[in-house]
Amino acid sequence: MRYRTGPMVALAALLCIIPALLCPVPALARTPALSEAAGTYDISGASQIRFSVDQIGGGGIRGRFAKFSGAVRIDGRKIGASTVSFTIYPQSVSAAEERIENFLRSSAVFDAAAYPTVTFRSTAVRQTGADAVIVDGMLTARGITHREQFAVRLQKLGGGTIAFNVTGNVYRSRYRMDVGTPIYLNVVKFDMDIRAVRR
Amino acid sequence: MQRRRQAGYGTEYGTPYGTVAICLHWLIAALVLALIGTGFAMRRTEIDPALQFSLYQWHKSLGLTVLVLAALREIHWLVARHPEPVADLGPIERQASRTTHVVLAILCFLVPLSGWAVASTSTLAIPTLLFDVVLVPALPLERSAAGETFWSLVHAWSAYLLLALAALHAAAALHHHFIRRNAVLLRMLGRPAAGGSSGRARGGTRR
Repeated sequence: MRYRTGPMVALAALLCIIPALLCPVPALARTPALSEAAGTYDISGASQIRFSVDQIGGGGIRGRFAKFSGAVRIDGRKIGASTVSFTIYPQSVSAAEERIENFLRSSAVFDAAAYPTVTFRSTAVRQTGADAVIVDGMLTARGITHREQFAVRLQKLGGGTIAFNVTGNVYRSRYRMDVGTPIYLNVVKFDMDIRAVRR
Repeated sequence: MQRRRQAGYGTEYGTPYGTVAICLHWLIAALVLALIGTGFAMRRTEIDPALQFSLYQWHKSLGLTVLVLAALREIHWLVARHPEPVADLGPIERQASRTTHVVLAILCFLVPLSGWAVASTSTLAIPTLLFDVVLVPALPLERSAAGETFWSLVHAWSAYLLLALAALHAAAALHHHFIRRNAVLLRMLGRPAAGGSSGRARGGTRR
């Protein structure tokens, strides 16, 4: 009996696999929902904190920060009550060459000697999808604080770690960092891949 | 032809340089002085970095302006009348004067062009936005640290040579004005020399 149904099972399995192969890949790997990620996480050194400033005629400054710290607390029952705090150490900035790095650290831009940290404290979290939120918060750089907004998308969850992509545009003139405008645009584009580990 | 060209430039002996030539001369002179000032200031190591960035951009805009004015000056030199040297210049002085003027004219091209080459080869790739308005393309040169170093050296040493020759040129003009008391300086100020020939105008009456 079992011996005779063997080919039928194989055929059924094949018929099941074909639609799966035809389906787009994201449908197979379901994006995790934020509500499943409840907990407090520490932002890990595996994160990538990238930024760019476009210049007139194409190209621009691309940089990243090597030193940073922060925490994310996700409220599973009420995503809007979640909080984020993040600190960047601008002395750790890296760019295409040393002259650019020194300029970014100097009094012309971050003034890292006088203001060793750039901080962000969330004030409101608004859920825009199962895996997406908009985070409002206060960004402080060079001793100046302004409200800024970042779009956060959950990318991966599991094994006590969480991965987000965070994007947002910041007008540097608000923080007295508008050196080089209009050759370099006023907008600083942040593109950060945040990795955080559950406490 | 020569007579017709002279017509627009006042009397033959009074003001041999026309308004265009005089304006171009002093405009280029003022810009070269400003460029040397900004050039030395922006290379100081202890300068405020934001001011340094700003000075570099002004230096590039002013330098390209000199390049344009130098081109206009050469075109003008080719189509307009060449004023005769003042009469009391000896043959060696005439040769020295001619050489200085030719080298100065060449340097008014070489210095801004080599500066443009620095901006074009620099790996920083900072765009040149003329007076924050017009985007000036880079020269077709490869960006590299070696290229930037080479053109920076050419730019600096041609600028030092220009500075030295401009000083010599100014000293010669002052020498002619105060010691020799001839019309060399006055005619570039657009002032008609008193009396007959442009050469002995002042010297002739006062000696």
